[in-house]
Amino acid sequence: MPALKIDHIVKRHGTLETLSDVSLSVEAGERVALLGHNGAGKTTLIKIVLGLMPKTAGEIEVLGHPAGSAAARKITGYLPESVAFHGALTGREQLHHFARLKSTPTKIADDLLERVGLAHAADRKIRTYSKGMRQRIGLAQVVLGQPKLAILDEPTSGLDPVSRHEFYDIVEELADQGAAVLLSSHALTELELRTDRIAILSKGQLVANDSLQQLRAKASLPIKIKISAARDDIDGMKEKLGGQRVNGQSLELVCAPDKKMRLLSTITGLGPAVKDVDVTPASLEELYRYFSTAKESAK
Amino acid sequence: MTSILSIARLELLIARRNLWVATAVLLMAMFNVVLTFAGDAPTGALGASPLTIALTSITTLSVYLVPLIALLLSFDAIVGERERGTLTLGLSYPLSRAEILIGKFLAHMVVLAIAFAIGLGLTLAILVMRHGVSVIEWGPLLRLYFTSLALGATFLGLGYMISGLVNQTGAASGVAIALWLIAVVLYDLGLLGILVADSGSAFIQTIFPYALVANPADAFRLLNTPDQTVNLLASGLGAAGSVSGLAGQLTSLLAWPLLALFLAFIAFRKVEP
Repeated sequence: MPALKIDHIVKRHGTLETLSDVSLSVEAGERVALLGHNGAGKTTLIKIVLGLMPKTAGEIEVLGHPAGSAAARKITGYLPESVAFHGALTGREQLHHFARLKSTPTKIADDLLERVGLAHAADRKIRTYSKGMRQRIGLAQVVLGQPKLAILDEPTSGLDPVSRHEFYDIVEELADQGAAVLLSSHALTELELRTDRIAILSKGQLVANDSLQQLRAKASLPIKIKISAARDDIDGMKEKLGGQRVNGQSLELVCAPDKKMRLLSTITGLGPAVKDVDVTPASLEELYRYFSTAKESAK
Repeated sequence: MTSILSIARLELLIARRNLWVATAVLLMAMFNVVLTFAGDAPTGALGASPLTIALTSITTLSVYLVPLIALLLSFDAIVGERERGTLTLGLSYPLSRAEILIGKFLAHMVVLAIAFAIGLGLTLAILVMRHGVSVIEWGPLLRLYFTSLALGATFLGLGYMISGLVNQTGAASGVAIALWLIAVVLYDLGLLGILVADSGSAFIQTIFPYALVANPADAFRLLNTPDQTVNLLASGLGAAGSVSGLAGQLTSLLAWPLLALFLAFIAFRKVEP
């Protein structure tokens, strides 16, 4: 049984269809990134999964419990987009409250405050916290009570690079402990490395749902190859391989994924004249753009 | 139950650090002290005991102040959380909306209970200091205390209801003030107007007494000023009170908190964070 099973979900506001027939499941221990433009339906989908918004049609189950039921909410951790807390409370008071709601000892909340690097600020009012610190409290409350499903909406916005790294460490730990993680983000480069599967929503429809490698294969976007060589050798290479000269010392080639190995062996055949080769497959950003616009041009 | 208590505990922490609440409690205490001293001067002229006079003055004041404090505590309970963005997370936790509402209600009732206890405690202390312990009459004192709580509970519930219906904190405060004005001022004025314009008709005999106690603020006033001589001084509408009787007044004051909380729950259930 998948930890999260979204089955043919439809959401209509009057005549406007914000989600049309979306199906997606997340297994225990799997990290799935949910991508989409603003207004693509990500937050709507998340709110329906949490039972905060009624759905028009379809079924959602969290480990077999209907979405929004007390049983489902008990095993779900949620970090809302730009999480907020009451400014008059201290970090510790707020987290202790969440621990009590999740029937978790408050000692664990104290440990978590340390784990997310807030031990020094735990007894200060949240009103004095930076956005990053509030986000850490948000993450700490997700981890509390060891959820079976963690839903993180734009979790790293407002975090500095070091905090982002620590953040994903904690997410990885959650997944290792068997939680299914569904997270939405705009910071595509970090998702490339830190997730197992990518789902792309565009105008309320799921246009892609696969691992990064599979998506690359499906899109078969051209691969960029950059060769560095001595100034004198460049022209000769350009005649043999084609491509585009950049700043006198390197040559940029573009090729289809299935031609990559053949081209690489040609390049290595050139011998020591080639100083270095960089191979860049399509980035997540390019894939994202490909999938979220492919649907539109198909219409 | 743990969830309700945890919500209540958190709300109490918030209320303790809320300047509005502190101001309201202080105001309540100050007014009680001033009224006790002022009412204590003409003792004897009316033939009433010092405590009765003090409690009558405080009742008249409480009719205005208790609903105001209760609305102040409750008007942003839901819409404020929505605006801050804390409601989304709160509702994703494994507790029902009724539990959240009851938790908040408990905390706010504790705040009111403490505020009223301080106010009445001060009154009692002043009177005992001036006249000795013989002045204490627990009956009227406890009656005022508990009916104040019932009146407060009513307006807490109505405040939550407003908070669940509107989309902005600003709008909630506006509607709350309007409700307060209608309940404690305009309603009585309206009844008085009808009384003057239409004296002696069937309306006055039948509907009027019930219309009067239907307003929890009026029921509260009538319950705490049973002495008609004093009552007439305090409010021109007092005479009608005896018709509906104690039962009507008590029913009104006990039914209103339940009705208000129920309405608040209905409004909160429809809120989408």
